[in-house]
Amino acid sequence: MLEIQNISKVFNPGTVNEKTALAGLSLTVNDGDFITIVGSNGAGKSTLFNAISGTFLADSGRILLDGKNITFEPDYIRSKYIGRLFQDPLKGTAPHMTIEENLALAYLRAEKNTNPLSHISRKEKEFFHDRLKMLDMGLEDRMNTPVGTLSGGQRQALTLLMATLVPPKILLLDEHTAALDPQAAAKIMELTVQITEENHTTCLMVTHNLKQAVTVGNRTLMMANGNIILDLSGSEREGLTIQDLMDMFRKSAGKEFDNDRILLSE
Amino acid sequence: MLHIAQTALSLGCIYSLVALALFLSYRVLDIADLTTDGCFVLGMAVSVSMAAKGHPLAGLFCAIAAGGCAGFVTAFLQTRLGVPSIIAGIITNTGLYTVNLMAMGWSSNVSLIKQETIFTKFRATGIGGSWYSILLVLCIALICMVLMRQFLRTRIGLSIRATGDNKDMVSASSINPKFMITVGLTIANCFTALSGAVAGQLQKSADINAGTGIVVIGLATLIIGETVINGRKSIGRNITACLVGNIIYRFIYAIVLQTRIIPIEGLKLMTAVIVAAAIAAPTVQNQMKISSRARREMR
Repeated sequence: MLEIQNISKVFNPGTVNEKTALAGLSLTVNDGDFITIVGSNGAGKSTLFNAISGTFLADSGRILLDGKNITFEPDYIRSKYIGRLFQDPLKGTAPHMTIEENLALAYLRAEKNTNPLSHISRKEKEFFHDRLKMLDMGLEDRMNTPVGTLSGGQRQALTLLMATLVPPKILLLDEHTAALDPQAAAKIMELTVQITEENHTTCLMVTHNLKQAVTVGNRTLMMANGNIILDLSGSEREGLTIQDLMDMFRKSAGKEFDNDRILLSE
Repeated sequence: MLHIAQTALSLGCIYSLVALALFLSYRVLDIADLTTDGCFVLGMAVSVSMAAKGHPLAGLFCAIAAGGCAGFVTAFLQTRLGVPSIIAGIITNTGLYTVNLMAMGWSSNVSLIKQETIFTKFRATGIGGSWYSILLVLCIALICMVLMRQFLRTRIGLSIRATGDNKDMVSASSINPKFMITVGLTIANCFTALSGAVAGQLQKSADINAGTGIVVIGLATLIIGETVINGRKSIGRNITACLVGNIIYRFIYAIVLQTRIIPIEGLKLMTAVIVAAAIAAPTVQNQMKISSRARREMR
């Protein structure tokens, strides 16, 4: 269970560029939840993810994972149990290294077999091969290809596989299909659902696709001005349409909606 | 002529270790490590001073350790104290000048006259005949190259490569990039110091100014090697390029020295021009392509 207690983050405090990205936000994420998060640009969605993954320290508040306070843990330690995918498919992989080597790096998160001076074993290679096969993209036959030569969709699929190779406790998806063409985006989304269901991974997904927001997962959050303005799950969420979501957004965000964008409502 | 070839080969092997160090810091980690000049002299000073006291072999190992410490200081400055990487190297380099003088007993040079070196010891075994010095340095160079190749395939080696390739991805894989930079720079400087240590014992002297420009020469040889054998294709090739480039460079050097086509004082300038041209080449090529296309299509 992930508990976020009253976290705040202000960028450039005391200057003209002062921006409150998170304003005392609290959130409890139950194990196995698949939460979709919507909100306009600047609502604080990515800042929330950065705070959870430890990219920066929140100005105040606490973050607890399974009862343990992880507020001050550096990002590389948290990444043992928090996986993350970015919108940019280039961010999650090392382009000059092969598919196999990238997977080996991701597999370092497993506690066992991590003697720093050991090489990739045959058993691991077979394991990587099997996992790649699951993507159904033919990548398993190109294990020694540098990742930089893959397409954006293939790289994002690989990043998804890497983030879940050792199942994390929490998976953060930051608009991870937004930069892909519709076909690749659909494929990645399908894989995301498949993999998270397989491992019962707790998942938070930011999306600008409102259809995705109401159909995928079991809970929907709406963010504005660094806080959660709407939290729907269970019966409230059932039968929710895109139109409802937009109406609710308009109601809670008020006139701000006019000059802001809530993207890609298909 | 044979003498020229022998000198070129042995110096090529020795200085290939500097190129190997720069391969790790500059190519793999993508950090310009300016500790190199001072670190080379540090290795030389420690090894020659130890040989002067009668411990030539232990001198090599102490030199490696000393080089590692120098690399660690540079890495510590940039990863833990927020000093920009180039300035961190310059700071360590400046400090090393004093350390190097100290290692040489506060004198600006140390010579070995009758003391044993690893070379005299190896000659005594009778292996290699008159090629004994080349054989020895070639063995050292090859061992280092194999070690580097094997190291970069290990888990920690992969982590270091990824740190230079995509830092974001590294911290997302539970690897601490600061630690990886520290390990990488420490190892790179071990190789640089070993190069200085072997060079010092071969020429039987250590000089406080012996390291001037080593980093540029190292880069030049790395780039020459990469160009000649298309070395950016794989790690193994890139490591081989360090040796190939150095032997070529030392042959050019020896020929210039012998024939005086250009004055010997001009060599540093020539080296600088080679490095600048080689690093600039892709950009210039690209610009020329664009402007020639523009000329053609705008006509």
